[in-house]
Amino acid sequence: MTAKNQRLVLAGLAVLAVVGAALLALSALKDQAAFFYAPGDVEKSGLPLGREVRLGGMVAANSIARQPDGVSIRFRVTDGRATVPVAFTGIAPDLFRERSGVVAEGHFNPDGSFTATNLLAKHDEKYMPPEVAGAMHETKTLER
Amino acid sequence: MASLHAFANPARFLKIARPLTGWLFWTGAALIAFGCWAGLTQTPPDYLQGDSVRILYIHVPTAWLGMGGWSGIALSSIAYLVWRHPLANVAARAIAVPGAMFAALCLMTGSIWGRPTWGTWWQWDGRLTSMLLLFFVYLGYIGLARADREQGGDGRIPALFGVAGSVLLPIIRYSVVWWNTLHQGESIGLASSTIDGSMLWPLGFTLAGFSLFFAAVVLMRMRDMLARARNEARLRRMARA
Repeated sequence: MTAKNQRLVLAGLAVLAVVGAALLALSALKDQAAFFYAPGDVEKSGLPLGREVRLGGMVAANSIARQPDGVSIRFRVTDGRATVPVAFTGIAPDLFRERSGVVAEGHFNPDGSFTATNLLAKHDEKYMPPEVAGAMHETKTLER
Repeated sequence: MASLHAFANPARFLKIARPLTGWLFWTGAALIAFGCWAGLTQTPPDYLQGDSVRILYIHVPTAWLGMGGWSGIALSSIAYLVWRHPLANVAARAIAVPGAMFAALCLMTGSIWGRPTWGTWWQWDGRLTSMLLLFFVYLGYIGLARADREQGGDGRIPALFGVAGSVLLPIIRYSVVWWNTLHQGESIGLASSTIDGSMLWPLGFTLAGFSLFFAAVVLMRMRDMLARARNEARLRRMARA
């Protein structure tokens, strides 16, 4: 084996090691590196009480209720597996709306509800002009 | 391998690179200008994000070149380590600065978009954090390559760093698939896109334009480095004479 071939094999092994390291890092951090808890995770592994966490999911349809004080809202966050009721006082981002993604920062209460101190709107990967979105919305309504 | 060796010859490289630089630069600039004009005036706003969606025509090319730049450093580093071509070493060092610049632009445009869309400038989310790490790794590479050169090293240590740093590329790519992140999932796949066609098409122009611009900057820097090396060699010869 010539020196060049030897270096080629070594470089190949190095690339394999790098890819392996990336995959190991990704899977090892799978739970720790999650940006938020989904309602289904909480149901499975118990409430993370007594510390600040983030809760993420979809805002359930027809669940946003404005409170009489004018700055508080209540809504439900769902991921299809479980649903968590959330209370929030403050200014919600513009993209916060029903059937859209949300990440709430705050803490869980012992009764399973969530008190949020800050809301982030989570955008999904779909981008479309208003006409197309409107048309899709109409079809959905017609089907129903 | 004969053809690859031919391109590794600096004299032949310069003969091709000299006319190519201008062509790449001006074509790239024209494509960027047209893509930005089309993205700002010829496409509809998004149904949720409104006009802030238009930053994607800059953000996506900068993300692609920030990551593509490091792929170039890694490939050049492997070529240098295996075949010991000095030109591969020059190429890796030439890519580092524009690569770092595009990684920084990606973080900045993302932050500007995140404020109105998510309601925050920055969050320690998997995608954002791994991209920030790539930017720091670029800075580390630039410092290491410079130190190696000043100490009279042969560039093998920065090349090893170039290979090792590519560990971040799959992490950035799959962070949104494997982890819960604030950043949305992949919009543009190999075969399909979840961005409506009426909004997507200017992105092709800016992607191609920024890529050509990037290539032109890399060629300029490579020619600059080769000219410096030639000057230094000449000065050394004169000092000896």
